Amino acid sequence: MTLPLVAFIGVTFLAPLGLMLARSVHEPLVADSLPDTLAMLEDWDGMSLPGEDVFQALGRELLTLHQQRSLGGVATRVNRLESGMRSAIVRTARQLRDADPRSWREAIIAAAPVWDEPKAWRALQRSGERYTLRHFLHALDLERDAEGNVVAQPPDQRIYLSLLGRTLMVSIVITVICLILGYPVAYLIANSPPSRSNLLLLLVLVPFWTSLLVRTTSWIVLLQNQGVINDLLVAIGLTTEEGRIPMIYNMTGTLVAMTQILLPFMVLPLYAVMRTIAPSQMRAAAALGASFGQAFVRVYWPQTVPGVAAGSLLVFILSIGYYITPALVGGRTGQLISNLIAYHMQQSLNWGLAAALGAILLVCVVLLFFLFNRLVGVERMRFT
Amino acid sequence: MRPQSRFKLQGPARSLIAALALIGVAGAPAAANDSVTVVSWGGSYAEACKKAVLDPFADESGVEVRLESYNGGLAQIRAQVETGNVHWDVVDLEFADLARGCDEGLFELVDIDELPPAPDGTPARDDYFEGTFSECGGGGIFYSTVYAYNNESFTGQRPATIEDFFDLEKFPGRRGMRRTAGANLEFALLADGVPPEEIYAVLNTPEGVNRAFGKLDTIKEQIVWWEAGAQPPQMLADQEVVMSTAYNGRIFNAQVLEQQPFTIVWDGQVLDYGQFAIVAGTPNLKAARNYLLFASRVENMAAIGHYIAYSPTRRSGIDLISTHRETGVEMRPHMPSAPENMGRVVRNDWEWWADHGEEMNERFSAWLSR
Repeated sequence: MTLPLVAFIGVTFLAPLGLMLARSVHEPLVADSLPDTLAMLEDWDGMSLPGEDVFQALGRELLTLHQQRSLGGVATRVNRLESGMRSAIVRTARQLRDADPRSWREAIIAAAPVWDEPKAWRALQRSGERYTLRHFLHALDLERDAEGNVVAQPPDQRIYLSLLGRTLMVSIVITVICLILGYPVAYLIANSPPSRSNLLLLLVLVPFWTSLLVRTTSWIVLLQNQGVINDLLVAIGLTTEEGRIPMIYNMTGTLVAMTQILLPFMVLPLYAVMRTIAPSQMRAAAALGASFGQAFVRVYWPQTVPGVAAGSLLVFILSIGYYITPALVGGRTGQLISNLIAYHMQQSLNWGLAAALGAILLVCVVLLFFLFNRLVGVERMRFT
Repeated sequence: MRPQSRFKLQGPARSLIAALALIGVAGAPAAANDSVTVVSWGGSYAEACKKAVLDPFADESGVEVRLESYNGGLAQIRAQVETGNVHWDVVDLEFADLARGCDEGLFELVDIDELPPAPDGTPARDDYFEGTFSECGGGGIFYSTVYAYNNESFTGQRPATIEDFFDLEKFPGRRGMRRTAGANLEFALLADGVPPEEIYAVLNTPEGVNRAFGKLDTIKEQIVWWEAGAQPPQMLADQEVVMSTAYNGRIFNAQVLEQQPFTIVWDGQVLDYGQFAIVAGTPNLKAARNYLLFASRVENMAAIGHYIAYSPTRRSGIDLISTHRETGVEMRPHMPSAPENMGRVVRNDWEWWADHGEEMNERFSAWLSR
C-alpha cells in the first residue's frame, strides 16, 4: 500500500534533491571537453610554462569545440575561476582557425598573451576537476589561493555567510513574532462559542487562501512612501511630509509581510492543540487557589507546547526558504539567501553555486530540526 | 509576470491551430509555420520596433508576428534551448549577451554576406560599423545609457555633468540607477575623474574596481534601483527621484509623446549597441530567418530611428533618418551619435563585460546587500 507513496516521494522529492546535490560537486563539462589537455597537465609542475605538446593538445581541442559550437560553455566555466579566460579561450580558437601553426605555443600566446602565465593553466586545470568542492568553498566565502590553500575571500566579495546569518536571524525573529501574535488569537478561537470561533477562524483562513502575490502587493499599497499608512500619519500630524517613514523596500517590509503571510501556519496548529484542552482545567486551577499566571504557566502552557513546537517549526522552515516576498518588498537590505540562490539559478546561470548554497541551507534546516528534536521531541508535536 | 506564463495560455490555442492546419493541409501548405515570436525590451522601445519593423514585416510576408518582452540576459533563452522547448523565435539582445550566447550555440548562425546590401550596393560586411555585427546577429541599433532629470525638480541650478549626478551637496535628492553593475561602474569612475578612454584599463585592476564601488558608496543611501527600461521615465514623472540613469530613447519618447519636462544630460553617456538573433532550434526557423533579413535592411533599421532616438549600426542608415513619424521632431540632435552629444562618451566594452560581468555582478550583489 505504501509503495506508490514511496515511489511518488522518490520521483518528485528525493530524485530532484539528489540531482541538485550532485550538481554542487559534479561538473564534468570542462573535463569532458578537454580530455587530452587535462591528462597532459597532470604532470605539470604548476609554476613553469607547459610544453609544446600541451599547447598543441589545447589548440586542437579548442578548434574542435569551436567547430561544434560548444566553446562558450567551457569558456564560461574557466572564466569563473579567472576572469578574462572567456575571451582568451574564444579568441584563441578564432585565431587558430585561420592558421596552421608551426609552433602552437607561439600561435596560442600570440592569440591571447594570458597563456604565457601559469594562472591561465591553473584555472584550466581546476575547472577540469570532475568532482570539486569549489562551489561549497565559494558558498562559504572561501577560495583557493595559488598554492591551493583554502583562504577567506577578500572582505569586499564576502556575501554568502553574512546573508545566511541574516536569513537565520530573520527566520527566528519572524517565528517569535508569529508566536507572540498567534498565541492569543488561537486561544481566543479555541475558547469562544462556536458561532464566534467559526467567524474568527474564517478571518485567519481567508488571508491564508488568498494569493501570496496579492497579499504582498497589498503591503506595498499600505506601507509605501506615498502609501495609506504614511498618508494617515501625515494627515494626523504624527509626521511631516518630508519625514515619511520608509516602511517598505527594506528589512521592515520583509519582516512585516512575511509575518502576516506565515501567521496562519502558527495559529492553526496552536488552535488544534488548544481545542483539546478543556476550559474547566483553568477554572479548577483557580478554584484550587492558583492565580491566572500560575494556572497558565503550570496547567495551560505545558499542554500547548506540542502546538507551539509544530507551529514554530513550520514557520521557521518556511521562512528560511522564502524568496518571492523579500524580492518584492525587501529592497536592498531585506534580501535573504534564497534571493541569491534564485539569482544564480536565473541570472548568472551558475547552477553549481546555487546547488551548493541550497545544500548548505538544507544542512542548516536538518541540523536545527535535530536540535529541536532534542529540546522538544518531534513525537510530541501536534499539527492537527 | 514572466513572459513564459502567458505562453501556457496559448498552448491549447496553438495546438488547435496546428490541428486545423493539418486538416486543411491541402489548402494552406505553409500555415503551421507562419508565425514568429519576437522578444524585445518592452515599453516605448518595443512599440517603436513594432511600428518600424514588426508590422511592416507582417504586412509584406503575411506571417503573424507576436511581440513579447523581457529584461535582458540569457537565462530564459538558455532554459528554452536546453529543454528543447523553444517558444521565442527572435530576441533583441545587448551585444555582450549576443556574443556569449553565440559562442554557447544558443543562437542560429547568420552569414553576414546573406544580409541585404546598402542601397548603393555596398555589402553589409563593409556597411556595418566596425565590430557591431556578430556571427549570430541581424539588424542593430546604437543606444546609450545617460542620466536625465525632471525640470520641475530644480528651481535654481540644474545638473549638467556626470559629476553632478554624484554630488549630493549641490543636488540633494534620490537618484535612480539600474540594478546591475553595467554602466554604473563606468559612471562612477568618470565622476571620479577617470578619462573615458581609460575606464576599462582602470577597471581591469582590483584598485580600479574598489575605486568605482567607493564612488558609488558616496550616493548609495540615495539610490532607487530600477530593472525595466520603462521605469525611469515613470519615476521621473512621479518625482520619486530627482534624476535617474535611463536609456536615452525612453526619455526622448517621454519628452515628445507625453510632453514630459525631462532633460537628458549627455555628458558621460555610455554608448552601446545590440542586435536581433534567432534562438537555436526554433520550430519557426524559416519565418525567423525572413524576419531577420527584413530587419537587417538598411531602411528598416533606420525606421526604428523614426519612432525612438536610437540610430542604426550601418553607415548607410544614418543618412536615412529624418523626423519622428508621430510628432515631426527632427531626430538627429536626439541621437546618441549626434556630434553635440558626443562630448565625454564611454564606448561600452562588451568584451570586458562578457569576461567580467559575472564577477562584477556578484561583487555588486555583495555591495548592495550591505
